[in-house]
Amino acid sequence: MNNRKRKAGGLSKYSQLLVPLIAILVLVIFNLIRDPGFFSVGLTTNNNGDPVLQGNLISILNGASELVILSMGMTLVTAACGGQDISVGALAAIAGSVFVKVLKSGGGSISPLLVLGGFLMCCAVAMVFGAFNGSLVAFFNIQPMIATLILFTCGRSIAYWINGGATPTVSSPIINAVGSFIPGIPIPTPILIVLLMGGLFALLFRFTTLGLYIQAVGINQSAARLNGINAVGIKLLSFVILGVCCAVAGMIGVSRLGLINHETLLINIEMDAILAVAIGGNNLGGGKFKMIGSVLGAYAIQALTITLYAMKVPSTDVKAYKAVVIVLLVVMGSPVVKEAADRFTKRIRAARRSDTGKEAA
Amino acid sequence: MKEDIVLTMRGICKVFPGVMALNGVDFTLRKGEIHALMGENGAGKSTLIKVLTGVYPKDAGEIRVDGVDEAITIRSPQEAQSYGISTVYQEISLCPNLTVAENMFIGRTRGGTVNWKAMEKRAGELLDSLGIPARPRQQLSNCSLAVQQMVAIARAVDTECKVLILDEPTSSLDDKEVEMLFRLMRDLKARGVGIIFVTHFLEQVYEVSDRITVLRNGELVGEYEVEKLPQVQLVAMMIGRELENLSVIRKENPAGAAKKEVRYEARQLSSTESRPFDFYIGKGEVNGFTGLLGSGRSESVRAIFGADPVTGGEVKMEGKKARITKPLDAMKNGIGYLPEDRKRDGIIADLSVRDNIILALQVLRGMGHPISRAKAEAFADEYIKALGIKTASTDTPIGSLSGGNQQKVILARWLLTHPKYLILDEPTRGIDVGTKTEIQKLVLKLAEEGMSVTFISSEIEEMLRTCSRLIVMRDRNIVGELTGDELTQSHVMHTIAGGGGDSE
Repeated sequence: MNNRKRKAGGLSKYSQLLVPLIAILVLVIFNLIRDPGFFSVGLTTNNNGDPVLQGNLISILNGASELVILSMGMTLVTAACGGQDISVGALAAIAGSVFVKVLKSGGGSISPLLVLGGFLMCCAVAMVFGAFNGSLVAFFNIQPMIATLILFTCGRSIAYWINGGATPTVSSPIINAVGSFIPGIPIPTPILIVLLMGGLFALLFRFTTLGLYIQAVGINQSAARLNGINAVGIKLLSFVILGVCCAVAGMIGVSRLGLINHETLLINIEMDAILAVAIGGNNLGGGKFKMIGSVLGAYAIQALTITLYAMKVPSTDVKAYKAVVIVLLVVMGSPVVKEAADRFTKRIRAARRSDTGKEAA
Repeated sequence: MKEDIVLTMRGICKVFPGVMALNGVDFTLRKGEIHALMGENGAGKSTLIKVLTGVYPKDAGEIRVDGVDEAITIRSPQEAQSYGISTVYQEISLCPNLTVAENMFIGRTRGGTVNWKAMEKRAGELLDSLGIPARPRQQLSNCSLAVQQMVAIARAVDTECKVLILDEPTSSLDDKEVEMLFRLMRDLKARGVGIIFVTHFLEQVYEVSDRITVLRNGELVGEYEVEKLPQVQLVAMMIGRELENLSVIRKENPAGAAKKEVRYEARQLSSTESRPFDFYIGKGEVNGFTGLLGSGRSESVRAIFGADPVTGGEVKMEGKKARITKPLDAMKNGIGYLPEDRKRDGIIADLSVRDNIILALQVLRGMGHPISRAKAEAFADEYIKALGIKTASTDTPIGSLSGGNQQKVILARWLLTHPKYLILDEPTRGIDVGTKTEIQKLVLKLAEEGMSVTFISSEIEEMLRTCSRLIVMRDRNIVGELTGDELTQSHVMHTIAGGGGDSE
């Protein structure tokens, strides 16, 4: 009995992942029925003669990379501050512009060291902007969505200034390696970067108490403070970490195209990132979180998009179809539906118990 | 209804799920009197007010007002107002960004059109006649809190008001402003308005009221004329002990009165919420702050822990100067603090019992040194066993535990840090009797092991059983310190009540 209880408790801990998992499962089944070969992955060679993996599965995983990374950071901000950052797309554009600016400063030749410098530079800049957002939220107690509205509004203008209004291109084997494939490795590099980021977060949660602190601050800031947690600092930190995520996403976005377009780079991605957090079963009001939920949510969103494109839905209509599915997902994850589901399972369990009781008698 | 009576409430009952909030309470208000409604937290004062103003429907009883021949039913605050019952709440519910005149007439204009001139004229007359120092066109937020309060009152009395309810009107005013408010109250009284005055400041009650009704645990204790009710007796009635049988409480002497070594010492310590005070506690000593609600006892211990911004004073920990300006400083100096409001300041509701237990220790160890899962599990198991915490598992969210068990978890959280000095603010509030006794026993045992404990409880009996020294506070100042033979219930009450007692 006791054992069963613990098991049930263990399972219910992951129940918030149910919605994104079901969403992904339904999309997979739907696609397999439509086209049994939909998820087949093939090995081909690209223009450079390197072996690369191809297929819808790969494009989903690859295409979702920026969204996944942003939703990781968004999860932390949401949990700690009980609000969302709507400036992530703009900040990624700024970071991407800085990245290109540094690469261009080499005067044509792009050395590995320069790329590293560009990456560090764009991280630093994004962290500063993140800290700006964070201090509005943490020190001045401005609602996150209002605080980040500022950078949301002016971010792409700042990105415009950085490169003097131009949309410079950068071409180099290194940038190509970051944005598509490293020669000899058939897996797209953005997927590898996602794995690396995921690993870094796993280490961060394993070797520091960040996760506990963020949840404590998000659930009850007053109690967290009285237990010696620097609530202001934790909120600020969550925004700085999200800044790093923006920098990485911006760098991937730039490297994919080999150019920076400050107007279109990761445009509207903030809404998808917030949606990923929500679909992942995380409370947008802050508190407990599961980053893996947001990651699954992000992949579900991307799978949906790719599915719609594969069905030859015109790109102007995609958003409308997406909205329909998202309404379903969000309602499915709502407390009302959850409670109803709980009641239902309880009734079934009770019925089963009375059955076995009768049998025993 | 008799000539001079404006309001009678008879046998009012109000039941909330599992609680009898009001049980057959009577209340009578006469024309032109200031009638204080007294009682400790949970006595039923605000429930009675809410029944009277139509916020809650009553479950039984009847309400009559002057001018209506039959018993009335009040379904909403608007309806209450139509019977001439107006309320001014503790938090001023006006719009700070509107003018004084607008605030006085908002929601009362007819048909969506406003005659600004007439409105301002009427407001000006009213303000003048009540002697309120505000101009009609002044923006409300530019007025002091007291004046804002008075504007709220002016708004209330302008609507044919027979009964004016003032719910804790003085809690955020300074002495001068209180005087101003009292002048207005007396003025209204002279005009024949019946005023119900809810407050927990004893001195103010005696200064301004004509009559006092005391409630306790949802029941009427009695109605008294102010002159005939000595302050000390009022305190006894609020707390619920008769003076005669007070001194018989057994005196198994609380821990360690004789130990001399000072553990913590504060000189003129003050915070944004508390006035400067001196305080010390010895090694293995249990002392306590006592006083009525709002006397400043919680604010004082919060200052010690750095829970509110510290504004001055000197602190020594075991003889050495210490700088404690925020909770983490206090924790590093070996101080633990169990807050008064468990829900708001204590528990992290959605986190597990385990995480709640290890939280303070974890913070002390620092961000880069997480307690391993296995160790956390062991700590949690250890304290769940030691304190007898009833929980399904260490993974259960603390929010789903009963109040007493939540409190034990918070206690475990601080015990795990092995503090030298533990502050317990109302650790026994709202928990069952069994757990209360357990916690008292635990406090004495900890003191025997050398821990210093400051204990605060609304139940004086409980404090007498555990503390060897009581610091008495009234109206935010320390007014006495009792030790040894002085630790009797009657003595404590006299000191709390002051004035009418024998200790001042």
